[in-house]
Amino acid sequence: MQDRDLKDLRVAVTGGTSGLGLALVRQLAGHGARVAFVARTAACVDRTMIETGALGIAGDVARKEEVYAVALQILGGLGGLDVLINNASSLGPAPLALLADTEPGELEEALAVNLLGPFRLTKALFGALAASARDGRGALVVNVSSDAAVNAYASWGAYGASKAALRHLTAIWGEEAGMHGIRFLSIDPGDMDTPLHALAIPDADPATLKRPEESAAEVIETMVAALPRAATPSVGVAP
Amino acid sequence: MIAAGRPERRSARLMAVGPNRAIRHLARSELASLFEPGDLLVANDAATLPASLRGILQKDGSPIEVRLAAWVAAGDPTRFVAITFGAGDHRTRTEDRPPPSPVSPGDRLMLGPLVAAVEGVLDHPRLILIRFQADRRTVLSGLAQHGRPIQYAHVAEPLALGAVWTGIAADPVAFEPPSAGFALDWRVIFALRRRGAGLVTLTHAAGISSTGDPLLDRRLPFDEPYRIPDRTAAAVRWAKRAGGRIVAVGTTVARALESAADEGRVRAGEGVATGRIGRGTRLRIVDAILTGIHQPGESHFELLRAFANDDVLDRVATATASGHYRAHEFGDSLLIERQANRNQTVSGVAVAPAS
Repeated sequence: MQDRDLKDLRVAVTGGTSGLGLALVRQLAGHGARVAFVARTAACVDRTMIETGALGIAGDVARKEEVYAVALQILGGLGGLDVLINNASSLGPAPLALLADTEPGELEEALAVNLLGPFRLTKALFGALAASARDGRGALVVNVSSDAAVNAYASWGAYGASKAALRHLTAIWGEEAGMHGIRFLSIDPGDMDTPLHALAIPDADPATLKRPEESAAEVIETMVAALPRAATPSVGVAP
Repeated sequence: MIAAGRPERRSARLMAVGPNRAIRHLARSELASLFEPGDLLVANDAATLPASLRGILQKDGSPIEVRLAAWVAAGDPTRFVAITFGAGDHRTRTEDRPPPSPVSPGDRLMLGPLVAAVEGVLDHPRLILIRFQADRRTVLSGLAQHGRPIQYAHVAEPLALGAVWTGIAADPVAFEPPSAGFALDWRVIFALRRRGAGLVTLTHAAGISSTGDPLLDRRLPFDEPYRIPDRTAAAVRWAKRAGGRIVAVGTTVARALESAADEGRVRAGEGVATGRIGRGTRLRIVDAILTGIHQPGESHFELLRAFANDDVLDRVATATASGHYRAHEFGDSLLIERQANRNQTVSGVAVAPAS
C-alpha cells in the first residue's frame, strides 16, 4: 500500500548516509517517493545516490553559510518539498561526558547540529512547505527526537539539552504553522543499532537495540498518517 | 550604504495611496489593516538563484562575471540568457564597470566548478546564450557552491542567498528577488488571514533589473516565464465576482496576471510575460499594487502610471522624498490603488487623460 501512498511525494532527509537517515532514504526511494538527502561527506553521498537513485546533496546543515545552498538544491532538484525530515544529529562529546566535564564548544556543536541546523533549514524551506500545503499536497516537518529530550540521563547533557530544545521548538512551530497547513512532529525512533549509538555506548549489545530499518518503517508510517489523504495519491502533481 | 538585515525590514514603512488619492503613512507591519474581507493578495513565491558567477574567459584568461538573466527553457538550469561584466565587483557602480572581453560562440567560460560554453551572442555584445557542460544536478550544485546573489552597490555587506529569499520563497527560478514580497512576513500573513483577506501565489521568474548599460536596460524586462496555479486563478475569479480587490504584490505579479488576463479572468497554467505595463495600459485584473519605493523614470515607477495619473504620482514622489522613504530592494513599500478617475475607456481603447 505504501508504494501507492508515497508515489511522487517529495521528501528531504538530512544525515542521509548512515543509520536511521540511510534507512529512511532507502525505504522512501524504494516506495517511489522523490527523495533528496543531505550529508557532509561527498564520497558517502555519491555511494548512497548510486545505491538508491535519490538526489544526493553534499553539505553541512550545521554551517549557516551552507543552509540556503542546500535548500536551493533540494527545491531545484525535487521541484518543491512536501516533507522535511531533520535527522542529522550530533552526540556532543564522545565518549559521553558529564556536564561539568563538557567543553562549552562541545555543547555549542551539539546545538549547532541538533537545534540551529534544523531551525535554519526548516526556515529556508518554510515557503516551499507552505506552497505545498496550499496546493493541497500537505506539508510536514519531522524532527528526529530522543528519549534523552524528555528524561535527564547523566552524561547525555549536550545531546539531551539540544534534543529537548529541538522538541520544544518543534511543538511551538507546530502551533504557529498549523494555520498555514504545515504540520510538525517530533518522533523518537528508539535506541537503534547505529554509528551514533555505538559512539555513545560502544559496549551495548546490538541484540538489545532496534534495527534502523525498523525505526525507519515506523517513521514513514507516522509520516503518511500525518499527511492529508488527498496528498498521497499520485494525482495533481506539479512538475 | 545600508545593510540588508531582517531587523531593518521589521521597521520598514508603508505609504498607501487610496482610490481617492488620499495618502497614508504607516508601519509596514500594519499592512493587513488596509484590506477588507474578500480582498485577495497575489504574491510571487519565486526563490532567487545565486545568479552571479565569477570566473575567467578561457581563451584569454581575462576576468569575467556572468549574470544569469533569463531562462532559455523554463526550469532547465543548463541553459541561460546571460549578461557579461568585466573586472571589478558590485562595489563599483554597474555603470562604471569596464566592459568584459568580447565573447564569441564556442568560447568557454570557467566559472568555479562549472564550465559554460557560449552558444550565441544576441543583439548586444554582452548579451549571450550559455550552456553549462554538466547535468542538472551538477549545475544546481555548482550554482549553490559558487554562485552569489546579484549584489547591489547600495548594500554595504555582501548579500547571502538567504537575504534575497522572501519568506514565501518556494521555487528557485528568479534572477533577482521579487522584493515586494519582503513585506509579507509570517506575522503579516497571519494578520491577513485573521482579517479575512486572501493570499494566493503564482511563480514568476523575476529577471534582472538593471545592467548599467543603457542599450541593454532598454530591453528590460526580458520575457519572463510564469506559472499560475489553478487555485490561484479560481481565487481571482471568486474575488472579482464578490467585488474584492485584487492586489498584486510586486510588479512581477502584475505582469503575470495581466499577461494571463482573459475576459476579466486569468488563465491558469504556464505563460510568458512580455511587454511592459505603463501609461495607457488598461488593467483588466489588478486593482492595486504593493511595490517598492522607486523614482520617476525607473521602469518600476513608470508601471505605476497604469494605476494613477501623473499628478497623483507626482505627489507620491514628493511624499517619498520628504518622508525619507528608503528606495531600494530592501527598503520601504508603496501600496497604490487604481485611481477611480483614471483612463477613461472608449470602445476598449485606453485614453490617457490630459492631466
